[in-house]
Amino acid sequence: MARRRKSKRQQQLQALIMAPLDWLEERSGLVGAVKYFLFRKVPAESNWFHTLGSATLTAFLVQLVTGVILAMYYKPSPEEAYGSIQKITNDLTLGWLVRGTHRWGASVFIILLFLHMGRVFLFGAYKYPRELNWLVGVILLTLALAEGLTGYLLPWDQTAYWATVVAININANAPIVGPFLGDFLRGGAEIGEETLARFYSLHMLVIPGGLIGLITLHLYLVIRLGVTEPPWTKAAAGYEFLDDGRGPVRKGLVEPRPRGNGSIGTPARTESEV
Amino acid sequence: MADELERPGGEPVEPEAEPHLPSPTIWPFAFAGGVALLLVGLIINWILAAIGAVLLLVFGFLWIREATSEVRRPPAAAPPAAAPVSELAVAEEEEEPERYPRSVFLEMSTLGVGALIGGIVTLPALGFMVAPAFVGQEHDEVDLGPLANFPKDQFVITTFNSKKDEGSVGRRTAFIRNNGLKNDVPSFTIISNRCAHLGCPTQPQGLPGKAKDVKGSSGTVTIIPVASVSGFQCPCHGGAYDDEGNRTAGPPVRALDRYEFLVREGNLVLGKPYSVGKVIGKSADAKIEAYRVADPGQHVDGPEQYFYPPKVWIP
Repeated sequence: MARRRKSKRQQQLQALIMAPLDWLEERSGLVGAVKYFLFRKVPAESNWFHTLGSATLTAFLVQLVTGVILAMYYKPSPEEAYGSIQKITNDLTLGWLVRGTHRWGASVFIILLFLHMGRVFLFGAYKYPRELNWLVGVILLTLALAEGLTGYLLPWDQTAYWATVVAININANAPIVGPFLGDFLRGGAEIGEETLARFYSLHMLVIPGGLIGLITLHLYLVIRLGVTEPPWTKAAAGYEFLDDGRGPVRKGLVEPRPRGNGSIGTPARTESEV
Repeated sequence: MADELERPGGEPVEPEAEPHLPSPTIWPFAFAGGVALLLVGLIINWILAAIGAVLLLVFGFLWIREATSEVRRPPAAAPPAAAPVSELAVAEEEEEPERYPRSVFLEMSTLGVGALIGGIVTLPALGFMVAPAFVGQEHDEVDLGPLANFPKDQFVITTFNSKKDEGSVGRRTAFIRNNGLKNDVPSFTIISNRCAHLGCPTQPQGLPGKAKDVKGSSGTVTIIPVASVSGFQCPCHGGAYDDEGNRTAGPPVRALDRYEFLVREGNLVLGKPYSVGKVIGKSADAKIEAYRVADPGQHVDGPEQYFYPPKVWIP
């Protein structure tokens, strides 16, 4: 008796939780989409190396959140930038933590990007049909490095100022386009307040927008094409799994366990008629 | 194997025994070798660079030919199964020759109007993003105060506001030496402190004296006389220059920039900056190879100057 009552309560509880989800699913299909994303099939031998992509995404989200909060206190003008950074770091409650997270998180983001890229390269996960996703990844890497460059100027201290002078002049040394690229990055012939405002806009609006769009495309392609087998698996090495109980069989020239044609030789008919 | 593979969000795809991989080829390696040879040649030898360029073009062509061979192959080799399809297409064409239905017209005009509206909104915004960086690059004249502040044959570190409305961000520094009179005309050597490598601030190698602020019509000018200067050095990457701004060591590709000047009502007035290939001779008798002002690191002479087109179209 007591048992049944408890079960009933459980049912009520379940209905209470499921009702809003069902309501959402009926009107948007979002619950199904999330379920499809979370419970899709991945290779049995997926391992910790496969988590580097998610780790990179997490680092990006941390940068996104801390960056948005920092933008509430930062003032992008040469007169105020340095002071506002000092205020965030030394005066405002927990400002040191958010700025520190954003600053060190930038390095974590870049390091994870390279580790993720190395994983994809060593697993051969850039090969057909995933070439496009590799290309998208390369653009993401470039944009992430551009985030690093534009973000470096924002504290407007000596390091930031002169590192940016040098970085812009390196860009200005590119053949043919250099002189124009330099002027575009500086917002004029000389580094100044236009440069800071420009880098701030690029750093917090333009490049993150591009990153978010391309990460969406990157994830779409991952879901569409599936996760690659690690190279040491039988499937990745080109083995086929047959139903005749002989285990994985290698395709191609080298066949350690020859298959034969499966039936005994007879003068009555050829194998094609079997 | 399944007869047809359904992929989410796409047309049914014919099953393939082999993925579409490019055939094995040696050309990319040879192409990369050509690129490397060209780059190395640009630094050490023009003949090597020319050979690299030829290799790059030849193997690049071969690579492209190889990579596109499958696409360029004539469709005659298609299996006979394709024949009925083409027959069908021909029949359809004969049935409805050059039909241009209303729906296609509406589709195209919607797209066209959309593109037009998009262009009208986007282009001025893009113009606003890019254009202001390139216009209004003229330099303000800067009044540096009376000539008496610049003792003869001695360098003076002079820091001034290069732009009237920019405040401390527009502070720039020049090394000024009064060369005395040449043919009864005052002569000055005015060298920009901006390193010709990547733009760091160079410093004179000498004994700096006491700083003095001079208030004038161009704001505050800070003056520091320096005794017994022997050249200028850059703290960033070790570029070194002699007293005339000629490169003596390190990575810079030309001499230090200089400023034009004029004397007005007994005051030294700074004019436009200009870039310098090299300086022959000393102080008042120096012959200066002057060029239009260029960003640090850009060559103004030699064959490399053609990598950096002048911004002549900027008003």
